[in-house]
Amino acid sequence: MSGGRDGDGRDGEKPVERRIPGPRAAADDQERLPPARPVKPPAPPAPPLPHKVLTSLLGAWALAACSAEETAAVEEHLTSCAPCADEALRLRDAVGLLHTDGTLDLDPMLRSRVLEGCLGRRPARIPVPSWAAPYDAETARLDALLRDIGDAEWHAPVRLKWFEDDRQAHRRTTVAGVIGHLMAVDGLVSRALDLDDPLGKGGSHLPPTPTGRTERYWSAALRPPTRAVREPWRDQSHTLVRTVSFAGRGIAERSVPYGDFDLPLQDSLLERAFECWVHGGDIADAVDYPYEPPAAAHLHRMIDLAVRLLPATLAGRRRAGLAAPARDLVTAGSPGRSLHLEVEGRGGGDWYIALDSPAALGSPAHTVAQVALDGVEFCRLVAGHVPPAEAAAGQQGDREAIRDVLFAAASLSRL
Amino acid sequence: MAKDAPPRWDRRMQQRLTRGEAAALGELYDRFAALVHSQAHRMLDDEDAADQVTREVFGYVWENPGVYDPRHGSMRSWVARLTHRLSVQRLRREQGEAGAPDADGRAEELEHRVLRATAAARADYIVASMPAPLRAALELAYVQRRDYRQTAADLGVTGDEARRRLRLGLQLLSTANYGPSADSAPPGYGPTP
Repeated sequence: MSGGRDGDGRDGEKPVERRIPGPRAAADDQERLPPARPVKPPAPPAPPLPHKVLTSLLGAWALAACSAEETAAVEEHLTSCAPCADEALRLRDAVGLLHTDGTLDLDPMLRSRVLEGCLGRRPARIPVPSWAAPYDAETARLDALLRDIGDAEWHAPVRLKWFEDDRQAHRRTTVAGVIGHLMAVDGLVSRALDLDDPLGKGGSHLPPTPTGRTERYWSAALRPPTRAVREPWRDQSHTLVRTVSFAGRGIAERSVPYGDFDLPLQDSLLERAFECWVHGGDIADAVDYPYEPPAAAHLHRMIDLAVRLLPATLAGRRRAGLAAPARDLVTAGSPGRSLHLEVEGRGGGDWYIALDSPAALGSPAHTVAQVALDGVEFCRLVAGHVPPAEAAAGQQGDREAIRDVLFAAASLSRL
Repeated sequence: MAKDAPPRWDRRMQQRLTRGEAAALGELYDRFAALVHSQAHRMLDDEDAADQVTREVFGYVWENPGVYDPRHGSMRSWVARLTHRLSVQRLRREQGEAGAPDADGRAEELEHRVLRATAAARADYIVASMPAPLRAALELAYVQRRDYRQTAADLGVTGDEARRRLRLGLQLLSTANYGPSADSAPPGYGPTP
């Protein structure tokens, strides 16, 4: 066959008799129907759109995102232009690959299971110290939440709450502002490890307090912080975990100054993990996401840290006239009057808190009072999120001791 | 992460994994877990199976960091390829275990399923990796059902530009349907969603 010009219309001169079905409706099947072709012929034929414009409309056409006139013009054109008809088919099929169900939220607890599985198959030559694990896990969990939120949500208002001068204190900021706060205070640990300070050189002239550093960070920003803060915050937390992994045993006791007090590095990172969880919860509330408490073992360590800080905090409050006088001073290292803290649920356990002196030992035999509450509730108390008067589910014994301990726990909170 | 993974990051990560640094494993997970899990889920349509494949992928990378060759592409695309391979293996294994009265028919059905799932997973990968302006335009037009003029207004660009982005975005996406084979790498590398 010659395939000559006497054929039956396949020579490209005449319109190709090929109809392409209209584009898919967008998103779901509630069709925004393709506009019906006008029944009456338009009296003065509109000037045809140039080929270039018709081609440029193909994407919008496939997504059913052009006007009725444009849709009609494109479909008219497809009957006569093979290359455009091919592309139209291809793009319309591509629309079929889009979906609206978004990405699934990753189970935050999958991370520890996956990492454990890996380390079981090949032990790490440079492990992450066990005391750094809560910080590693909590920063990862918060980062996963941040990945899932939209640009606008970074500016959602967050009301930070804590307990100051035995009263509830508040401060308004945004989601991005909270991350800036976490980054500025994590910078205390960076400084103690001779790493870069996120506040730059100016950080060294500041009183090394969490509040001072946060206020400096917030006031130094020319504009309200945006999601751009996520990356430096995350880089710093990754750097901290990597650095303590390489640093060797002695590093756990390296002193981290907080201005009014110091913490050994291992407690400091635990405190940072706690803050990360608490503020992760603040952020999750602000953007209406669920946020679970930490893994039980990590929660247990956090509770233990707060409990260990309580005797010295009590002594400080006593000196300031905020707690009842010591009743029964014993020689250092001997068991003294104690409060039995019974923490139920996840991360729970029994602790005996020495009431009269940080030098005394907590002791079951010298218990004068008992407080029972849930582990997460205890942490909310320590974070200043619930008033001490409302915190304990069960109380028995010396009411004054109970009141002093609950107020001391709340006073551990700060901005 | 909001930026392209630089090859430098890939090489450095490989060194750190090779030397057995647990912190590097954590960072690897933080960067790629969402990709791995969503790709596996797209292939297998099952949460537990996707969890399992996620464990296998990271286990493999942790045990065999030396297999990655930076000259052949980004670590991100390597990890996506591994995820695909392990997901397909899982699909075939499940099929094998199911036993088959009509072996030929079922094998054919499986291959169809693999191809369909592969196209869907590759499409997700392409959407996640395409330049953010294209992705934003597609989301407005498809998810929010804005027409291209509204899309242009939302993005603060001209109508011409909105049309261009929608067309280009779909052109990129359409390559998912016409990939050379089920086992080939998803193209390119880019940001995680």
